[in-house]
Amino acid sequence: MIGGLFIYNHKGEVLISRVYRDDIGRNAVDAFRVNVIHARQQVRSPVTNIARTSFFHVKRSNIWLAAVTKQNVNATMVFEFLYKMCDVMAAYFGKISEENVKNNFVLIYELLDEILDFGYPQNSETGALKTFITQQGIKSQHHTKEEQSQITSQVTGQIGWRREGIKYRRNELFLDVLESVNLLMSPQGQVLSAHVSGRVVMKSYLSGMPECKFGMNDKIVIDKQSRASSEDGGKSGKQSIAIDDCTFHQCVRLSKFDSERSISFIPPDGDYELMRYRTTKDIILPFRVIPLVREVGRTKLEVKVVIKSNFKSSLLAQKIEVRIPTPLNTSGVQLICMKGKAKYKASENAIVWKIKRMAGMKESQVSAEIELLPTNDKKKWTRPPISMNFETAIKPEPTAQTRPTTDLQPRTRTTQPRTRPHRPPAQNQTTQPRTRPTQTSSPEPEPHSPEPDPHRPPAQNQNHTAQNQTHTDLQPRTRTTQPRTRHTQTCSPEPEPHSPESDPHRPPAQNQNHTAQNQTHTDLQPRTRTSSS
Amino acid sequence: MTDSKYFTTTKKGEIFELKAELNSDKKEKKKEAVKKVIASMTVGKDVSALFPDVVNCMQTDNLELKKLVYLYLMNYAKSQPDMAIMAVNTFVKDCEDPNPLIRALAVRTMGCIRVDKITEYLCEPLRKCLKDEDPYVRKTAAVCVAKLHDINAQLVEDQGFLDTLKDLISDSNPMVVANAVAALSEIAESHPNSNLLDLNPQTINKLLTALNECTEWGQIFILDCLANYTPRDDRESQSICERVTPRLSHANSAVVLSAVKVLMKFMEMLPKDLDYYGTLLKKLAPPLVTLLSAEPELQYVALRNINLIVQRRPEILKHEMKVFFVKYNDPIYVKLEKLDIMIRLASQANIAQVLAELKEYATEVDVDFVRKAVRAIGRCAIKVEQSAERCVSTLLDLIQTKVNYVVQEAIVVIKDIFRKYPNKYESVIATLCENLDSLDEPEARAAMIWIVGEYAERIDNADELLESFLEGFHDESTQVQLQLLTAIVKLFLKKPTETQELVQQVLSLATQDSDNPDLRDRGYIYWRLLSTDPVAAKEVVLAEKPLISEETDLIEPTLLEELICHIGTLASVYHKPPSAFVEGSRGVQHKRLPGSAGSGDSVDSPDTASAAGVSEAPPAVIPSQGDLLGDLLNLDLTPPTATGPPPAPSSGLQMGAMDLLGGGLDSLLGGDLGGSPALGAGFGAPPAAMPASFNAPVSGGLDDLFDLGGGVGMPMGSYSPPKTVWLPAMKAKGLEISGTFARRAGVIQMEMTLTNKAMSVMTDFAIQFNRNSFGLAPAGPLQILTPLSPNQSIEAALPLSTVGPVMKMEPLTNLQVAVKNNIDVFYFSCQYPISMLFVEDGKMERQVFLATWKDIPNDNESQFQIKDCHLNSDAASNKLQGSNVFTIAKRTVEGQDMLYQSMKLTNGIWVLAELRVQTGNPNYTVSLKCRAPEVSQCVFQSYEAMLKN
Repeated sequence: MIGGLFIYNHKGEVLISRVYRDDIGRNAVDAFRVNVIHARQQVRSPVTNIARTSFFHVKRSNIWLAAVTKQNVNATMVFEFLYKMCDVMAAYFGKISEENVKNNFVLIYELLDEILDFGYPQNSETGALKTFITQQGIKSQHHTKEEQSQITSQVTGQIGWRREGIKYRRNELFLDVLESVNLLMSPQGQVLSAHVSGRVVMKSYLSGMPECKFGMNDKIVIDKQSRASSEDGGKSGKQSIAIDDCTFHQCVRLSKFDSERSISFIPPDGDYELMRYRTTKDIILPFRVIPLVREVGRTKLEVKVVIKSNFKSSLLAQKIEVRIPTPLNTSGVQLICMKGKAKYKASENAIVWKIKRMAGMKESQVSAEIELLPTNDKKKWTRPPISMNFETAIKPEPTAQTRPTTDLQPRTRTTQPRTRPHRPPAQNQTTQPRTRPTQTSSPEPEPHSPEPDPHRPPAQNQNHTAQNQTHTDLQPRTRTTQPRTRHTQTCSPEPEPHSPESDPHRPPAQNQNHTAQNQTHTDLQPRTRTSSS
Repeated sequence: MTDSKYFTTTKKGEIFELKAELNSDKKEKKKEAVKKVIASMTVGKDVSALFPDVVNCMQTDNLELKKLVYLYLMNYAKSQPDMAIMAVNTFVKDCEDPNPLIRALAVRTMGCIRVDKITEYLCEPLRKCLKDEDPYVRKTAAVCVAKLHDINAQLVEDQGFLDTLKDLISDSNPMVVANAVAALSEIAESHPNSNLLDLNPQTINKLLTALNECTEWGQIFILDCLANYTPRDDRESQSICERVTPRLSHANSAVVLSAVKVLMKFMEMLPKDLDYYGTLLKKLAPPLVTLLSAEPELQYVALRNINLIVQRRPEILKHEMKVFFVKYNDPIYVKLEKLDIMIRLASQANIAQVLAELKEYATEVDVDFVRKAVRAIGRCAIKVEQSAERCVSTLLDLIQTKVNYVVQEAIVVIKDIFRKYPNKYESVIATLCENLDSLDEPEARAAMIWIVGEYAERIDNADELLESFLEGFHDESTQVQLQLLTAIVKLFLKKPTETQELVQQVLSLATQDSDNPDLRDRGYIYWRLLSTDPVAAKEVVLAEKPLISEETDLIEPTLLEELICHIGTLASVYHKPPSAFVEGSRGVQHKRLPGSAGSGDSVDSPDTASAAGVSEAPPAVIPSQGDLLGDLLNLDLTPPTATGPPPAPSSGLQMGAMDLLGGGLDSLLGGDLGGSPALGAGFGAPPAAMPASFNAPVSGGLDDLFDLGGGVGMPMGSYSPPKTVWLPAMKAKGLEISGTFARRAGVIQMEMTLTNKAMSVMTDFAIQFNRNSFGLAPAGPLQILTPLSPNQSIEAALPLSTVGPVMKMEPLTNLQVAVKNNIDVFYFSCQYPISMLFVEDGKMERQVFLATWKDIPNDNESQFQIKDCHLNSDAASNKLQGSNVFTIAKRTVEGQDMLYQSMKLTNGIWVLAELRVQTGNPNYTVSLKCRAPEVSQCVFQSYEAMLKN
């Protein structure tokens, strides 16, 4: 099990050190600093073994968290614990920074004492922890006996994530569906792999111990139902999604899901992620981003980026922002764009192109001439992807595509609200292309190039990688008429200076291959309001 | 209020100031001071001098302050054990506190204070807390037992805490159950053979019930514990699997991986034709793929585990190749692992996609990643024959990029491709040769030199190329030097006329100017070969090499099985067994997968089953120096082709190889010694010591011997029983052995008659004993100097010593013997009379006799009747004396002669006897007393035999 837990700042100074096991000595603190934090080369593995001691680390901003052990521990558990530890700390004091850690070190020690005993993780649900680990330094008498046993039974109980006796005047439940689409395209534009990973994030403000049920238009369930109701003519308008896999928050009764495919749970209070899912069927890209990169000599680069909106022309994308990374040795950029505004931001090493709104089935482009400083820097440019963000306002057509039976039944003595929130169609996922154009070979000379450099390396294959990411936020609010969607899309061209040679009269030939990879985040946010009757 | 200010106190005299503050009357000031102390402690300053002052702050009702003081105590108690005692009272008092949080805090902290005296005081409070009414206290106490066990294992056992802990498995609170399971599992690890975690269907059921109710962490403890259980049959296995599968949907990856571990293990027991087996296989893939959407660190752990799972059960993920394609923003460690798995999943069906990806990767920025991608292309070529051509052309494209490290990697893998597909792609050699000058890494240089040497006849200027390498011969690494030597010799054998000078040059460089013994030896071997018999040299050096097989980097199967049992743990991340990185006894026990269920398909071993999933034959694991077999002389030239992952490069392989060697050596040695024991003796080692070394191997074969020496209570001569047939000719290919034992002049002799009833001459006799009760062993080799002709008999007397290895036999005087001749090895067993072992100085002093007689408890006395014996007491006494049974005293009571006798066995055991002879009565009564009562029966049998002959 975990033998010790250390927190360091970026310099490697230890901020928190808690040792749980006798086999971990003070020297372990230094071993990690010297071998990992101060190590010159990039860290090649999150697990390091130094002198038969294993170190697991994660980084949050510039803070290092390291768990140490000499035994054959469950490595997955250790990482899960470190993340959890970060969540708990964030829930108590916000961002994990050196400042915050130092300011709350007493609290952190108290937490570490509670959530890790002899290296075994204990209940680490913030909801429960906050009932008895507070920053006020409460005196023990303050709790009555009933309160005490209530705390302990909650900490150890079956529903460790929720305390009893929560009361709200208004019972509310908010549900966001956030989706991101991952897509890998071959240079020929063929989709190699695509999947949507979705998260259902909830905010619940419900009284008592509400028993909730959540339904999905999951293919297995829908098929079962339509088979059962086939006599009614089984409306074909009902669309279902084949979900490849899903994982649930620990409040969901897994055995019930396994047997009945029903998601039933007693929710934690406040924010939490109810489930994640993954699906690989019917993925449509909202935008296509086509980068064209041409190298003109060693000091010049021509970039053209075309975006095509791929959704219904009745829809409108708003606040589009395309970010095109530029090489580190860029000295100046000249930009022309058909629509919107484009600016070169030297501090961010990128061209930022903003378009206020764009309808579906349209296209627009930006072209840039990038001046480069001659450099002999051997470090290659990593060619980050082009990224894109946008919002879309779409009309939800919820009734057609969602299961109308999402029952939320907070069971309390006083209230018995019942809602039927409409979930927008999950297949509104949008896609985003990661483009990886490759190979531009141009052995031709460049007419206006300066004196040929005898030491120049031979012509190089040009490789471009473009990566597109789209974030789509669909926010159909049940009470509002016009839900809005935000999309983010990223894509990247990576120009690399190529060297032209000889023949002054021919323009550089180009043949570009593209591999595109798209990522889209679609956020579906049906906000449901349950009011107490 | 910010606490960061505590970190900045660096003034001199700080300790003194803190001391004053700690003793302040103001509570607030005290607390501030303790915080400062903890901050100093954190950054590594020694604040142990403040121990008494800090402990004084312990008596407080402020929980926060109390916790800080406890934290301090845990850190420094060990260095100040005497003062730590001051804290005991507070702890004991806190354990009685009405607030369960405080009770738990006290017991939790006390367990962390590793001071013996405190530990003693801990026992009582702990006992109470284990039975506390509050589950929070019980779950803390459960872990505390593990803490205490770590400090003083004996104490925990003596106090009976283990039983209480076992009871907690049936606790009503799931978290208590989970912690009890965690504590018991940990304690059980340090007692590998104890049945601590008495896992039976009832407990398993309890655990499975708790699994649905406890926290995510508790689920991990329980699943990890379940994985150690071996179900009784496939039905039980299936029902556990059914109850574990829902865990695959848990948001916590550790729960998922631990569930995968249980399923992977229990699946071994399910019959492959079962529907459920297929369902389970299908259910395993999606959660594994989902793990790849987790945070990068978890992805890394997951990928290392998937690497194992894919090797064990390739069918699970064979359609999921695409999810392993690397993403732009994957950390490098994730990229490298994904690459490894892509190769494992590569097959004819998906090779085109894989190659396209690999080609992309080869143009990335990270050098390690690019290198690995290039190697991966080579591995694809070797693994999927249909793709070889495309791989080679891809590699050539990459060579054209002239990127130094890409070229070098490509050349290394092309060498392997040549080995796999000889006479197919040699046309590319010209392209390779163009890049000769850019090679600066030993591995690439060695590979290139190998290629030049191997295909010397097709390369016109091979001699020039090799000569160019020769210039800086002494600056090259050993790898390159050895390869160069071999390559030039190959070249010479192929083109002897032009290269004589070159070969002489390299031989002289290797033998005369080098300090490296390997190089020198190889040089001399070549030299001698070439000078004595060039034809033989050609046969040796240019021998045809066996093809290399497709997989050179698979984990050795037994290690893989063990690692599958460790899914999710560090062992699975390192791909090493826990014993390789864990100190001490913990976790060193080797875990094994259970065998497959007998129902229906007992023939179908898990190995073949998993291989059947992949249409191909099971890939043979070959040692990384695969070339070794083909080209002995190239022993360490051809480097392992395995591209191990960074943290544990190919270590699994080495271990496997070691295992192989160990086993092989043992059996080799065993076979040899068992087969020709005379050989061993012939070395002139002390004869008594020799048997020990080569007895063991024989014993195995002797275990199920037919019992020949059946004639137990055999009639006796004056000193030794008559010969009986020990080994009938029928059972020993014509060799008949009859024999007996005798004690002559203090030496035990095995007297045998060997008769050859076969048609051919027998020679080369040797004899060997299995371990026996009294350590009998041949004191010298069996002296049969002349060959034994057909129908001839020969007498042989073998002196025996009693210093051989000892093993208790049943019956006690049983002796298992192996006899070898030129035909075979034969085994038989016989019994020797125990009287052989009575030594000459077995006469006890009268007083001693009396004392000993009384001293030996009556339980050890046994009485026997000897019937129909017509000797008087004196005659009996004389007769027995001849066999070293000494009469110490004689009493006559009411016409009954009582003879008190003593004898001593070779191993120092005394046997005392009372022999009652009544005149006129042919029945004697013997009472035997001995500290080792098991010999009595044998001694009685000897008495009977001695008296009646």
